Amino acid sequence: MMEIGLNHYLILSTILFAIGLIGVMRRKNLLLLFFATEILLNSVNIAFAAISHYYGDLTGQMFAFFVIAIAASEVAVGLGLLIVWHKRHGNIDLDSISTMKG
Amino acid sequence: MFEAVAFYLFAFLTITMFLITVTTSQALYALTALASGMIFISAFFFILGADFLGAIQIVVYSGAVMALYAFGMMFFDTTREVKEKIGNKYLVYGMSVVSAVLIVIIFAVPMVADNVVPLYPVIDGAGNTQQVGLILFTKYLIPFEVAAIMLLVAMISGIILAGKKMDLSLTIMSDAEIRDIKEDKNKKVLS
Repeated sequence: MMEIGLNHYLILSTILFAIGLIGVMRRKNLLLLFFATEILLNSVNIAFAAISHYYGDLTGQMFAFFVIAIAASEVAVGLGLLIVWHKRHGNIDLDSISTMKG
Repeated sequence: MFEAVAFYLFAFLTITMFLITVTTSQALYALTALASGMIFISAFFFILGADFLGAIQIVVYSGAVMALYAFGMMFFDTTREVKEKIGNKYLVYGMSVVSAVLIVIIFAVPMVADNVVPLYPVIDGAGNTQQVGLILFTKYLIPFEVAAIMLLVAMISGIILAGKKMDLSLTIMSDAEIRDIKEDKNKKVLS
């Protein structure tokens, strides 16, 4: 119990991933949906860093860096698209995007 | 002992913050809870000895991403309450199944790969930042450059999508109006 091992970190990462999944499934507002995806990416980063530490391998940290880079560019593009959508339709609800009318 | 206390404390804080993020109906609360959760996650990286990763986490997430979200929220009407999906049973069932499968995979993979050999082992006598630099600029140089190009593309697309003609809103104008504006511009240039 007092000795923190790899499994502790993996359990924590699983819990955070489940929270992110719940957020993705129940959110209707696209901005809050983006927040949930950030939680998903961060939980995976914790697992990468923990495995990297307990196996003495630096590859996990490298992948965590690339995940952070991808998350940053995803936010930039996603927010740009959201602003365009909001200018056009006045809302950012997921239901208004479910039809593919131009 | 100390490590265990820190782990449990930050695990509790992170889970609480992220639960607030996914359950609250106020967008501003969600943003602040997410920012604090990101900072608490960097604590795990420091505990795990990945100092550089922790610093990057604070700089990129709490600095850049949260500032970007804060700017983005200025465009949206965030003061009203956020409407939620009405949950149906099948969604919850699917969610539990996915989570369970995930738990099994996460636990099974390290056990299966128990005899794993480090591909790029930790170098003795070097700090974490130095090790990261050595690996990143020898073995992972091409992915690093590709990531740089991807960030450049994302930056340009963000500028073009959000920043162009902020007062005119090209996206809701009809084609004829846009053509008129272009002709206006040409006249100004010519005269």
